[in-house]
Amino acid sequence: MAKQAAAKARSAGPAVVAGSGARALDRIIHERLRLGIVSALSVNESLTFRELKKILDTTDGNLSVHARKLEEAGYIACEKKFEGRLPRTDYKLTDAGRAALEKYLTHMEALIRATRQAL
Amino acid sequence: MAAVRPIRPETSEPVGLHAQAMDNLRFIRSTMENAGSFTAVPGQGGMLMGATALFAAFAAHLSASPGAWLRVWMGEAVLAVAIGLVFSHRKATRNCTSLLSKPFRRFVLAVAPSVFVGALLTFALYRDGMLQLIPAMWLLLYGAGITSGGAFSVRVVPVMGMSFLALGSVATLIPARFADALLAFGFGGFHIVFGWVIARRCGG
Repeated sequence: MAKQAAAKARSAGPAVVAGSGARALDRIIHERLRLGIVSALSVNESLTFRELKKILDTTDGNLSVHARKLEEAGYIACEKKFEGRLPRTDYKLTDAGRAALEKYLTHMEALIRATRQAL
Repeated sequence: MAAVRPIRPETSEPVGLHAQAMDNLRFIRSTMENAGSFTAVPGQGGMLMGATALFAAFAAHLSASPGAWLRVWMGEAVLAVAIGLVFSHRKATRNCTSLLSKPFRRFVLAVAPSVFVGALLTFALYRDGMLQLIPAMWLLLYGAGITSGGAFSVRVVPVMGMSFLALGSVATLIPARFADALLAFGFGGFHIVFGWVIARRCGG
């Protein structure tokens, strides 16, 4: 229970600062755990559910909810199969997901540049 | 009528956005490092290491004394490490990553114990005049190190490690006069073949 609460708090990430810069952000990828899923998949051809869970140190429920949102957005592709009698779920980053991550990174860098210029 | 005022004081937006953007970039970077594998394996560098090992095997075979034989192979080991580092650095720079990244550090930490034991045993065996055991020991420990490091790298790396382990096992069984041929086959042949596969499949 405590672990779930901690994972939930971690997945919530820092509060979004309202403003014109933040409004243009891709909300699907901006959420902390979803950002972690996309980032982890960007450096691997594919990752299993168990591998993602270990990398992101989260719970089964949290990971499956956020992975489904990314899947619905077309950012990741999910393949379910059996290894012997055990079910195995593989996730891959789609082209749309990679493009979204690149756009998000560009956005973050632009925000930092803009703030530095303003200071 | 009471004046309406915000419960929390307003924070300046640019500083908040800036801090959050920095935090997000750090998070993305650390997640990628934790999830990534060491991909800057030098395929072309491996082929060059193989070529120098073939020359070393030839030179070692012609050497006049056990000391000269060992110096040739020690020189080759230093040269091979230098080639590996230079080519890994080149590949990492080309891929916009760093040689000091977490996957690389994990790879080095996995290989380092075998290298350390190899150096220590080489000294001990040379001192006690048991040079005939050194080739098998080098092949086995190099294979063990590469197989362990390969767990954090692309799939072909542990396969190369296991090939060295197999060759090292053979080296323990056959006469010492074939030592240079076995070392040429392993450090020369395997590096060239697997280097070529890595260069083709993993971008250089």
